[in-house]
Amino acid sequence: MPDTNANGTENGTIRFLLDDTVHEVANVAPTTTVLNYLRDVLQRTGSKEGCAEGDCGACTVVVADLDGQQVRFRSMNSCIQFLPTLNGKALYTVESLKKLGRNGLHPVQQAMVDCHGSQCGFCTPGFVMSLFALYRNNAEPNRAEIDDALSGNLCRCTGYRPIISAAATMYDYGRDLLDEQELTRRLEDIRPGVSLELSDGDNSGLQAAGCPDSTAGGRFHAPGSLSELAGLMIRHPEATILAGGTDVGLWVTKAYRELPVIIYLGRVAELDYINETGDHLEIGAATSLTDAFAAMEKHYPELYEIMRRFGSPPIRNAATLCGNIANGSPIGDTMPALISLGADLVLRCGSTTRRLPLDEFYLDYRKTALQPSEFVQAVRIPLPQGSGRHFRSYKIAKRYDQDISSVCGAYWVQVEADAVAEARICYGGMAAVPQRAGRCEAALRGRPWNETTVETAVEALSEDYQPLTDMRASAAYRRRVAGNLLKRFYLETTGVEAGIWAR
Amino acid sequence: MGTMTETRELPGAGAALPHESAHLHVSGEAEYVDDQREPRGMLFAAIGCSEKAHARIRHIDFSDVRSSPGVVEIITAEDIPGDNNHGPILADDPVFADGLVEYVGQSVFVVLADTVNNARKAARRARIDYEELPAVLDIDSAMAQQSFVIPSQTIECGRPEQAIAGSAHRLQGRLRTGGQDHFYLEGQIAVAFPREDGAMLVHASTQHPTEVQHLVAHALGKSSKDVVVECRRMGGGFGGKETTPALFAVIAAVAAYRTGRPVKLRVDRDDDMTITGKRHGFRIDYSVGFDAGGVIEGIDLELASDCGRSADLSGPINVRAMFHSDNCYFLEHVRITSHRCKTHKASNVAFRGFGGPQGMMGIENVIDEIARFLDKDPLDVRRINFYGKTDRNVTPYRMTVEDNIIHELVDELEIKSDYRERRKAVQAFNDGGGILRRGIALTPVKFGISFTATHYNQAGALLHVYRDGSIMLNHGGTEMGQGLYTKVAQVIAEEFQVGRDRIKCTAANTGKVPNTSATAASSGSDLNGMAARAAAMVIRQRLTGFAAQHYGVDEEQVRFTPAGVQVGEDLVDFAELTDRAYLARISLSATGFYRTPKINYDAQTLTGRPFFYFAYGAAVTEVLLDTLTGEHRIVRVDILHDAGESLNPAIDMGQVEGGFLQGAGWLTGEELCWDPAGRLMTHAPSTYKIPTGADWPQEYNVELIDWGRNREETIYRSKAVGEPPLMLAISVFHALKDAIASVRGAGFSPVLHAPATPEQVLNSIEELLQRTSKAANGKRRAAA
Repeated sequence: MPDTNANGTENGTIRFLLDDTVHEVANVAPTTTVLNYLRDVLQRTGSKEGCAEGDCGACTVVVADLDGQQVRFRSMNSCIQFLPTLNGKALYTVESLKKLGRNGLHPVQQAMVDCHGSQCGFCTPGFVMSLFALYRNNAEPNRAEIDDALSGNLCRCTGYRPIISAAATMYDYGRDLLDEQELTRRLEDIRPGVSLELSDGDNSGLQAAGCPDSTAGGRFHAPGSLSELAGLMIRHPEATILAGGTDVGLWVTKAYRELPVIIYLGRVAELDYINETGDHLEIGAATSLTDAFAAMEKHYPELYEIMRRFGSPPIRNAATLCGNIANGSPIGDTMPALISLGADLVLRCGSTTRRLPLDEFYLDYRKTALQPSEFVQAVRIPLPQGSGRHFRSYKIAKRYDQDISSVCGAYWVQVEADAVAEARICYGGMAAVPQRAGRCEAALRGRPWNETTVETAVEALSEDYQPLTDMRASAAYRRRVAGNLLKRFYLETTGVEAGIWAR
Repeated sequence: MGTMTETRELPGAGAALPHESAHLHVSGEAEYVDDQREPRGMLFAAIGCSEKAHARIRHIDFSDVRSSPGVVEIITAEDIPGDNNHGPILADDPVFADGLVEYVGQSVFVVLADTVNNARKAARRARIDYEELPAVLDIDSAMAQQSFVIPSQTIECGRPEQAIAGSAHRLQGRLRTGGQDHFYLEGQIAVAFPREDGAMLVHASTQHPTEVQHLVAHALGKSSKDVVVECRRMGGGFGGKETTPALFAVIAAVAAYRTGRPVKLRVDRDDDMTITGKRHGFRIDYSVGFDAGGVIEGIDLELASDCGRSADLSGPINVRAMFHSDNCYFLEHVRITSHRCKTHKASNVAFRGFGGPQGMMGIENVIDEIARFLDKDPLDVRRINFYGKTDRNVTPYRMTVEDNIIHELVDELEIKSDYRERRKAVQAFNDGGGILRRGIALTPVKFGISFTATHYNQAGALLHVYRDGSIMLNHGGTEMGQGLYTKVAQVIAEEFQVGRDRIKCTAANTGKVPNTSATAASSGSDLNGMAARAAAMVIRQRLTGFAAQHYGVDEEQVRFTPAGVQVGEDLVDFAELTDRAYLARISLSATGFYRTPKINYDAQTLTGRPFFYFAYGAAVTEVLLDTLTGEHRIVRVDILHDAGESLNPAIDMGQVEGGFLQGAGWLTGEELCWDPAGRLMTHAPSTYKIPTGADWPQEYNVELIDWGRNREETIYRSKAVGEPPLMLAISVFHALKDAIASVRGAGFSPVLHAPATPEQVLNSIEELLQRTSKAANGKRRAAA
């Protein structure tokens, strides 16, 4: 066990496994990104910066941690991950892989060479790491799974074909030398204590290590329990809550913002859970989108498209469902679906919790119903019940993979005796917040579920929103597509194949 | 799914060897400029940019910049000891704005600080007082105001007006094509190291080290001998590192000169996209006359391009657009006019194809319109207009097309892709009238190979054979991922019949090979391969002569073979021969030089033979379109491409596949958006969407023609392959247009501009339905 002080709080040292050794870092600004640490301090320059916003994948690394007794391998964007989030985990970079290969190169690397998967080579380390994650997690991926695994990596040279071929053939090179049992043991050895607190990072750690760059210091709290988290939130209502960091990371790398107090949820085991309780699926605030989506898809396979098109594996591995919700972006892709499914939130302030329907959570642009010191503890999604219910969620963007929606729509209707008994229609990208289409819903309720009703509802929809024009789409396009998606929903409930994305 | 590629180690030309750096790429060991160890005392630079599209700078308050943590120095125009210019042809590109800014993102000053972050934070703290001036932000406004960076030019053949007027049918229309960001994964970067006696060493990510050398020397008030520029590899170029890197290199060098310390300038992605120029957007107006069979009888094309704020390479780019406005088609009576519009945006630059793709889009649009008007399969109209082999084979710029293989190539592709049956199937699918539609198109490519600037068509190489038989190869070309170093190494391997493991490819360096041309215009392996071969032949001849003398045989009895050097009856190891040659005081070092023969071109009349030869290709693309949202998916692509006798089929296939998808991005999802103040809104991958893996079609058949052979004497009869495949993606655009057209049916043509984003496509569908419902009783659009 690492040293802990009287409060059960670890001294400000971050410990993680890097290749075969325990790596310790102290006195580091908490917002130091993993990528900058790798490149500037460790001189591991294989991981590249292509965008510093988690959109190109050139910085992709793989992080392993324990999920119970099971080790799991997840690709991450090191450019927006803060170094302290590695505490207690194992980090694999492109430099790690040769040691895991039997004949000089790792199977993934050899397959990339043999398939001519690199041209300029700058994106290649990121692809190699995404492939390494795939290699560990999927023994026989099909094309759709390969595409998904690579969806967070941009290549401007190859057209991707040879990389896709490498993904399909890398298994032909046999198993690598990674010993998962040994890794599990070593991860248990460095399993963090109760909580981690980094005192005002004076960055001396980085400077001593020769790092030419530094970010301003700040306090980083990684509470080890829910009650400790709630207490910290009371003491620091101004704190930035950090979960996956896929948005907060950009505040630092793009906006150069200073974050004086960060409270990190990743160590609160009580928040990393998925519970099926009778009629609800409850998902904790520290649960990654990858895990949350897997659970949700079991009950709602209709969510496949928006889940697949949401970010990329490195993003979904880091980001959390509750983070997407609490962030309150008008273009968050999970909220329309959750609202139309009738999800509600568990909000906590101190030792008090309250429930709030998700569609009452958003007040205005980036403004939520959260009170000072209050935070989202969990989201509860009703499970499908009964017959006559139809549900779909669609996302429209310029690109299939990892794009931000111009319009995201979710549709839930209950049809009884051929008439619409209840309807919940919600859109993202159409207003300052994810918002239900009240007039459209009213036009549906009590009417027969047919084309005429849908036409009327589409007209009513135009009264519901005053969308904006921006670089993603014009207001006119958003309006038209919002209506057309409702038509698509209707068609699909009648059994018509109306989408182009073959699963 | 692909299979494992064969990796047998043939020594030389024609082998599908992996990229020479592949093992370094996949292990993260390949070193890019930013990966080099930073020396003690290095300073980090960040550019302070204009926030206005067009304004005079009244005053700059630097006080908050100076007081910002870590700041060491601020450098502006007046600190430049020599020329304040980084323009490659005209001196119209200031390094730092001097009183006047002409686009949002133009560099005004640079801050030097102890860390990257400190420099970047400080650069944002300048308070610039602007007097705003009216800005021209698009082609239409520029044309209305006659705002040009350089004069318009026209080529004319025959009597286009009369020919159009006398035709049975006439059409007119307009096509717009958008710009495109290069989105090389490695952003712009330069590191400058001051050296003794006023010298400067610059490591830059550049396709044109010599130009960087010249511009750095001019800015420092030095001569070329004082500046060395080196580039081992780039993380992608695509034309975006032809002229653009000079800005960053000059800034780094001036800063290093001023401070006496090494300076690194690495811009982040947002600054990179905001500061740097892109592919030129075009507006192409046409007026065409044709007969009942679809043969073009007369055509008038008016091209207007968005050049941004300065000339840069816009002259030659627009000339190439004019020279590809014929594509594969014989245009007997033709006028092509080109306007080079000045707008208050980043100066647009070279981008794979260099104007060719835009010119080609223009004529392919005309062909498609004719076909839809006549209710013919566009492929038939394409074919009927193809250049002849012995007649109808002179281009508008008076060059005879001597190497026309487009007929055979398209015939083969039509059969292999099952084009006709699939067109019927597409028709049947669309006759079902659903909301999903299919579209299919076959489009050809003919691309002229050579720099139109004739003097650029030269190259040098430097070859050292060491005593131990290992070989150091250097040439004027740069490696940006295209596999140039691999191919040139294969040439050396071929000449000496040695394994590639004997050969080291070394960084392009102005101190090793001087006066080089940009690695551009697809010319890299044509030029540098020949130059390297010339050097190898010199050394091989010396070795042959030595061996003959040393072993007492005739020179004809000395042969270089994969097993070693055959000397009479004996086999001598290559290393043994080089060692003995050294001991006999034989020079084992040589330079090689090459200049492309046959080409000549009059830049005033735009006539002559600008191209040594043409490269050909064709593609069939099929798309599935959602008419409710405008989203589409490429379901299948079939490509047949001409790389001559390929130097390396694996690398050439990589260029074909990669070029196709990059072109598809240009024509579909990649949309550049500026706000009304001239600010680029799509300046990061979160908002600017290049294709991803899922965009590569499920079904694909990509091949090089197996009968390819350059009729001209190029390096082992290969053909250039860098740019031409990008234009194979024009088939994607036309397949989409085909799918859109199906919502109304035969005889009507949609108006579609590029990029065909979902919104653009949906607008096109709506416009088509509205326009054609007005045409009562399904009457066809009236012929002119």
